[in-house]
Amino acid sequence: MSKQINVALIGNPNTGKTSVFNQLTGLNQKVGNYPGITVEKKEGICKLPRGLKAHIIDLPGTYSLNASSLDENVVIELLLNKNDKDYPDVAVVVSDVENLKRNLLLFTQVKDLGIPTILVVNMADRMERKGISLDIERLEEKLRTKIALVSARKNTGIDELKEFIINYKHLSTEPCVNASVIDPEYFEGLRSAYPNQSLYKLWLVITQDVNFGNLNRNELAKTSGFQTKPESDLKRLQQKETILRYQFINGVLKESMSVDARAAKDLRSRLDRVLTHKVWGYVIFFAILLLIFQAIYNWSSYPMDMIDEAFAQLSEWAKNTLPEGAFTNLIAEGVIPGLGGIVIFIPQIAFLFLFISILEESGYMSRVVFLMDRVMRRFGLSGKSVVPLVSGTACAIPAVMATRNIENWKERLITILVVPFTTCSARLPVYLIIIALVIPDRSFWGFNLQGLTLMLLYLIGFGTAIASAWILNKILKIRSKSYFVIEMPNYKLPMLKNVGINVVEKTKSFVFGAGKIILAISIVLWVLASYGPGEKFNNAEEIVSANYSEENPVSKADLDEEIASYKLRNSYIGIMGKGIEPVVAPLGYDWKIGIAIISSFAAREVFVGTLATIYSVGSDEEETIKNRMAAETNPILGGPLFTFASGISLLLFYAFAMQCMSTLAIVKRETNTWKWPLFQLVGMSAFAYLVALAAFQLLK
Amino acid sequence: MKLTLAQLRCGQRGIIKDFSTEDVPLKLLEMGCLPGNEVEVLQTAPFMDPMYLNMNGSHLAIRKETALHIEIELID
Repeated sequence: MSKQINVALIGNPNTGKTSVFNQLTGLNQKVGNYPGITVEKKEGICKLPRGLKAHIIDLPGTYSLNASSLDENVVIELLLNKNDKDYPDVAVVVSDVENLKRNLLLFTQVKDLGIPTILVVNMADRMERKGISLDIERLEEKLRTKIALVSARKNTGIDELKEFIINYKHLSTEPCVNASVIDPEYFEGLRSAYPNQSLYKLWLVITQDVNFGNLNRNELAKTSGFQTKPESDLKRLQQKETILRYQFINGVLKESMSVDARAAKDLRSRLDRVLTHKVWGYVIFFAILLLIFQAIYNWSSYPMDMIDEAFAQLSEWAKNTLPEGAFTNLIAEGVIPGLGGIVIFIPQIAFLFLFISILEESGYMSRVVFLMDRVMRRFGLSGKSVVPLVSGTACAIPAVMATRNIENWKERLITILVVPFTTCSARLPVYLIIIALVIPDRSFWGFNLQGLTLMLLYLIGFGTAIASAWILNKILKIRSKSYFVIEMPNYKLPMLKNVGINVVEKTKSFVFGAGKIILAISIVLWVLASYGPGEKFNNAEEIVSANYSEENPVSKADLDEEIASYKLRNSYIGIMGKGIEPVVAPLGYDWKIGIAIISSFAAREVFVGTLATIYSVGSDEEETIKNRMAAETNPILGGPLFTFASGISLLLFYAFAMQCMSTLAIVKRETNTWKWPLFQLVGMSAFAYLVALAAFQLLK
Repeated sequence: MKLTLAQLRCGQRGIIKDFSTEDVPLKLLEMGCLPGNEVEVLQTAPFMDPMYLNMNGSHLAIRKETALHIEIELID
């Protein structure tokens, strides 16, 4: 077997790097995490001509090798560590033809590391429209590299790029810029202290605060006695280096690129005039949000009903077909309803990821950041907090990670703390089933009442996040200096392939991640609900039958039902549930909901699966989860268990409570202390309890 | 008093002259905010903050507080 060529894809954000990655690898890719940190690691295999293969790693987007975030550290750590198994044989720097000048900054840095580097000029299909012409030969000669003109959208230039990758050994590894001219004396000192190392590498090691395996900044300082400079001097030198690089780039582009400015008046400015308008910009943003939530609610109801029905039938089928016994019961009453509780939400979650992915891909999200920055700052947040808050509607975990590009620590911390209030997709299952039970399915001014309620819950989520940010901003005493820069990328029609891959990946990880927990919990619950201690559980039949006699007859079905519910009450779970009932009864819940809430502290979406499992134990009929819940009665007040009051109370409890262990874990990791996740857990859950209590007591 | 980027209106252009603070964020420089480069204000959010700029071909938005530190010379 021939050796695979290790390729690293590097590039600025918004250059279509991921599209190039998708074109090279197709669906032959895998997404994981870098060990120990939560930065997403995307790698894939690319088939090259002549039976060769390349292992491609898609590094996080970065503007330069001067890392300022965890994601960017990954890039530089890999490029400086020759011993890493992913250390690239060849680097591919992806650039956007319209931002070539800025993109070349990163290119020159990578090339100066002595790694063979290919330049991809992406979005070549836009050149003509933008009046850009490039002298590729000239550019190749000046940059001492090979250049592939690629349009990931039109799928052109990819074969040429593959050829370059195969022939990477012929690429020049000479640097573009001699960085040592910014301070010859200092660099001379460096060279004599470490004669065996590449000078530019040393410089990066000194100026960056990251881990480099065998080459470490502190080691450098200790071993050699080489006197480095104070931080502020180094910063000034970094600025000089940037200016130097731009001088080189300007020189190169002057000879090889020309832009006809008349052609460049374009779609972007026309769209921006409306989309970032002082009034229309906001109107459009809120209209888009409204549309998304209505769509999620209305469009996904059809596939969801079908899935619900299918699982009920599957459960029935399993019961009738498999040999009778404990194992069959476990499958039919524990596993299948539990899994049904998660599969049913695939349509909605997929729709949500679809919309978020389209907003990101099209470039619209940056406009929202721009529009909202000033408003958000009033609440101690940043415009960049909008992205975590919006993606928090999918899941708080990627949302907490998305705060990494917020430069100001205080703004970032507040964003992390309030993000779990936004309505994540795990709350959807709970919301949907309760809304379906307690809110009438009627139209109000053309809007579906149930859809409006859902929208209201989302607004409550955002509102609480914003309000608590405002309070935290007043309480937290953190001084941090910062700045705010955000790129406003070009508008792009989202590529079907990118959006599709994104939706599939995210939905898959949601389903499998949650699926595992739910499966485990439903099995445990089923066991606890199917067995009980003592006489009462074991002799349930006799005890219940004893209540009836010839004079007081009862139908067989009713009797069975009563026996089943008597058994459930005296099972292990029933006894535990009864124990917590006094705590949840003032909120309008019975002990079954209490158990479901407790098990939801592992993950919220477990709620529906838990109820499904508890309710289906002992029941013979094929029923959907929703019908079973509607049939429940309140043990204390009588009447249906799920009324308007208890329903609203439950909705509000789930809106505010911190019930997600994974989020707590990620917050711990991102803030580096248990203080903040504990603060969230206690604060949010106590608040949720009080609000739910007030709601039920006022409405009942 | 020196003219700063924060005083420009929508559609106005200028040449970056200097920075009135020692620590200009490196990221801003990397995005093309260098002395001698041209900058145009494309759009401002309400209260002129943040500002949406075309900085030497790079499209980016910065806050007013940062723009106050960027001295410029107006182009008519």
